[in-house]
Amino acid sequence: MTDLSVKFAGITSPNPFWLASGPPTNTGGQVMRAFDAGWGGAVWKTIGEPIVNTSSRYGAIDFNGVKVMGFNNIELISDRPSEVNFREIYEVKKRYPKNLVIASLMVESKRESWHQMVRRAEDAGSDALELNFGCPHGMSERGMGAAVGQVPDYTEMITGWVKEVARIPVIVKLTPNVTSVTHIAKAAERGGADAVSLINTINSLMGVDLESFSPRPSVGGKSSHGGYCGPAVKPIALHLLSSVAKNSKLPISGIGGIGYWNDAAEHISLGASTVQVCTAAMHYGFRIVEDMIDGLSQYMDDHGFRTIEDFRGRAVPNVMDWGDLDLNYKIVAKIDSDLCIGCQLCYVACEDGAHQCIEPYRDSAKKNENGFGVHVPRIIEDECVGCNLCALVCPVENCITMKQVDAGETPMSWNDRVRQSSATLSLPFPSGD
Amino acid sequence: MPLRDTAPKLSPEQYEKNFAEIAPAMNQRQAVTEAARCLYCFDAPCTIACPTHIDVPGFIKKISTGNLRGSAREILSANILGHSCGRVCPTEVLCEGACVMHEKGEQPIEIGRLQRYAVDYVLEEKIQLFHPGAPNGRRVACIGSGPASLACAAELAKFGYDVTVFDRNELPGGLNTYGIAAYKSRAADSVREADLVKQLGVKFRQKAEVGRDISFADLERQFDAVFIGVGLGETWALNLPGENLHGVYGAIEFIERTKVQPFHQVEVGRRVACIGAGNTAIDVVTAARRLGAEAVYLIYRRGEPEMPAFAYEYELAKRDGVSFLWQTQPVRVLGQNGAVTALECVRTQLGLPDAKGRRNPAPVPGTEFKLEVDMVVRAVGQKPTTDFLKALKGVEINSDGTVKINDRHQTGHPQFFAGGDCTNGGKEVVDAVAEGMAAAKGLDAWLGSPRAVGR
Repeated sequence: MTDLSVKFAGITSPNPFWLASGPPTNTGGQVMRAFDAGWGGAVWKTIGEPIVNTSSRYGAIDFNGVKVMGFNNIELISDRPSEVNFREIYEVKKRYPKNLVIASLMVESKRESWHQMVRRAEDAGSDALELNFGCPHGMSERGMGAAVGQVPDYTEMITGWVKEVARIPVIVKLTPNVTSVTHIAKAAERGGADAVSLINTINSLMGVDLESFSPRPSVGGKSSHGGYCGPAVKPIALHLLSSVAKNSKLPISGIGGIGYWNDAAEHISLGASTVQVCTAAMHYGFRIVEDMIDGLSQYMDDHGFRTIEDFRGRAVPNVMDWGDLDLNYKIVAKIDSDLCIGCQLCYVACEDGAHQCIEPYRDSAKKNENGFGVHVPRIIEDECVGCNLCALVCPVENCITMKQVDAGETPMSWNDRVRQSSATLSLPFPSGD
Repeated sequence: MPLRDTAPKLSPEQYEKNFAEIAPAMNQRQAVTEAARCLYCFDAPCTIACPTHIDVPGFIKKISTGNLRGSAREILSANILGHSCGRVCPTEVLCEGACVMHEKGEQPIEIGRLQRYAVDYVLEEKIQLFHPGAPNGRRVACIGSGPASLACAAELAKFGYDVTVFDRNELPGGLNTYGIAAYKSRAADSVREADLVKQLGVKFRQKAEVGRDISFADLERQFDAVFIGVGLGETWALNLPGENLHGVYGAIEFIERTKVQPFHQVEVGRRVACIGAGNTAIDVVTAARRLGAEAVYLIYRRGEPEMPAFAYEYELAKRDGVSFLWQTQPVRVLGQNGAVTALECVRTQLGLPDAKGRRNPAPVPGTEFKLEVDMVVRAVGQKPTTDFLKALKGVEINSDGTVKINDRHQTGHPQFFAGGDCTNGGKEVVDAVAEGMAAAKGLDAWLGSPRAVGR
C-alpha cells in the first residue's frame, strides 16, 4: 500500500495536496470543507492589514472551447481583519488537528510588524508560516509581496526577521517575476528559511475587449496587471522548480498549473515534497482532490513507489544544460497508417512550420466507412530531423511516434565537441538555470 | 372531387410541430463549440467531396473566431445557394461523409448546420456580401430559376453581365422552392435565397414561360447567350390501369402542395401508398404521415438492400411509422365513383444481377393482393422536359432525354448553354449549383470574357 503522507520541513502532512493561499482558503468554512474533501493542508489566504478589493478581479483565457486554460487575478490579500482570520485558524486546527494549516503572511517591511504577526499566527495554532514575497500586484506597489521577493537582500533580511521569533517552519514563497529564481531561493536560505514554495503568479494582462478597448479583467473599463496562473503556467513552474531543486537543499512546495494527480506527480518528480493548488479548485471545487489522491496512489502502486520520497526528485538529474545533451541521439517520425485519419496536419506543419520532411498523400488506397479516401501522408525519413512537431500536432494518440534510429555513433554533446576541438573558438554553453 | 377518405385534420400547432425543421438552427454557443472541433485539415476531404468545393475548414475556422461575415463570404462565393445546401444537402454522403472524424471514431463535424449558421447570419442581418461586376454590355438569359440557373446568373452578374431570369412559376427557386420536404426547407427560405441573386442586379421575370411569353427567337436576338436550367418535368407515369382515378398523384406535384398550401388544406388520404423508394419517395411518405395519414405504405419492386434512398432518409421514414412493402409491384389502381379505393399489387422475385449489378424483379404469379388505400403517389422519377427542349432548334438531346453539352456546358446550339438536372438527369441541389457555375464560366469564355475597363 502506498503511503501518501509527507514530512515537510519538520511537519507531517497526511498527503502532499495543499490548497494554495488564495480565494479558496479565505475562510475557516472553506478550509474545513476542503479538509473534509481530502486536502492534506491549506495555506490560508494571506493575512495582513485588511485591504479593499476591486470589482471585477479575475480574468481567464479560454482555448478552442476549453474554459480557463489560463487565469489571472488582481485580488489582493485577505480583506478580513487579521484577528478574524487567526480566530478561524484556531477553530479549524481544533477540529482538524491532523490537517496542516499554514498561515500566509504579508506585512509592511518593519521588523516589529513581522515579529508581531509571526507570534499571532503561532498563537492561533498555525502549523507553519508562508511568507508572501511574491504577490505581483497591488501589494508590491506598497513595498510588500513581489517588491520583497524580487530583491535578494530584502528576501534574506525579512526571512531573517521572521526566523528571529518563529518556532514553526518558515516557508518563503518565491515569485517567478525575476531574472533568476535561484538567487532569491538562495537568499531565503541564507535568511534561514526552512523551505520554499514556488511559483507565485506571473505578471500578466489578460486581454483587451476590442469594442471598449478595456483591458481585462475590467474595472469600470480600466485594468491593471495581475497574477497569471492555471494550466497554462505549469511549464514555467516546472522549469523554475527544477532550477531551485538543482541548486538548493531546502524542501520545496510546488505550485503552478496543478489540476490533476499527474501534474502533481510531475512537480514531485522535479523535487517538490508537497504541491499547492488554487486555480483548479476555483474552477471545479474542492472535490478535485479525490482523483488527485486516488490517481497518485494508483500511479505509485503501479510503479512500486511506497512513499512520495521514492520518486521525489527523480527527474531532476535529467534536467541538463543544453550543451550536455547528446547530439548523436537520433529519432525519426513514423506514421501508423492504420491509425491515420488523413487530416494531413502533420504534412502542413512540417512543410510550412518545420523542415519539409513529409510528403502529402499520393493515393487514396485507404477508405473511410463511407468510401471516401483517407489521405495518409508519408515521412521522408532521410530528411526527418526528429523535431516532434508532426507528432505534437497529430490529433490521434499514438498515430505518429518518434522512433530511435541507431546512427552508429557514440554519444557526443556540444560541450564534448568543444572540448575535443582545439581549433574551434566556440565556448561551452554557460551553465544556467 | 374528394378522395374516398381523407386523413383527419390536425391542429395548427400539430402541423407546425410535424413540419418543424429536423435540423434546427444552432445557437452561437453550439456553433462555436462545434467549430472548435474542426481539425482544420490540410487539403480537406470535406472540401474535395463538396461538388462546389466550399473551403469548409476555412469557413468553420472563421465561425470559431466570430468572423461570421467572412465565413458566409467563403461559403457563398463558392456556392451562392450555400443557405439551401446547408439545409438540404445529403451531407452524410458528401462533406460530412468524408470528414476525418469518422476515422477518429468521433461524430463528423456538423458542416451543414455550421454552414447554415453562418449564412443565416448574413441573411438575417441583410448584409450584402457581393456586388455586381462593372457592366460589360453583354446580356444573358437564364431559363428557369432553380439552383443551376441562380448559380449561373449570380456568377455572370459578378462578371458584369446583364442577366435576366425567365421562370414560369410564381416564386423563384425552382425545385428548391417547390420540391423539397417542408421539414428541411420552407418555400420562403428558398425565396429569400433568390434575393441574394437579385442583390447582384439579376432581373427576375416570374410567370414568364419561354415559348409562350417570350419566343425562342426573341431570346436568341435579345441576348448574347442563354443558359438552360429547366430541370426535369413531371413524374413518370406508371402506365397502370386506373392511373387516371382521382387520388393518384405525382410525387413532385404532391410535395409542391405541401410547400405552397397551408398544411390543413393539403389533400391527403387516410391511407396512402407511395410507389418507388428513392429520396423523393421518402419525402412523400414522411409528408403524408406528418399531414396525418394513418397508414402509409412504401412499395418497392426490389428489396431493402437495393433501395436507392440514402440510409438516413430511410431512417427518417422508419421513425415516421411508414410501412415498407419490399419486392412488391403495383398491378392496377382500383376505384369507385372515380376515386381511388385500393392498389392491387403482386409480389416479386429478384433475378440474378444484371450487367449493372442490379437484380431485376419478376412478378410471382398468384401472389396478387389488394391494399386498401385512398391515395396513390407515383415516385418513380421525373421525365425530362423533352417537348420543351425539342423546340430549341439546334439543341441536341441524349437518348436518356438529357441535354447534350460539351465540357463548357455548351449545347449543340452554340449560343445556348445548359446545366443542372436537365443535363445530369437529376442530382442534388449542390450538383446543379456546381454545374450552373461551370456553365457561367464556359459561357463567359465563349464570349471572350468581356470585362468593363477603366473601373
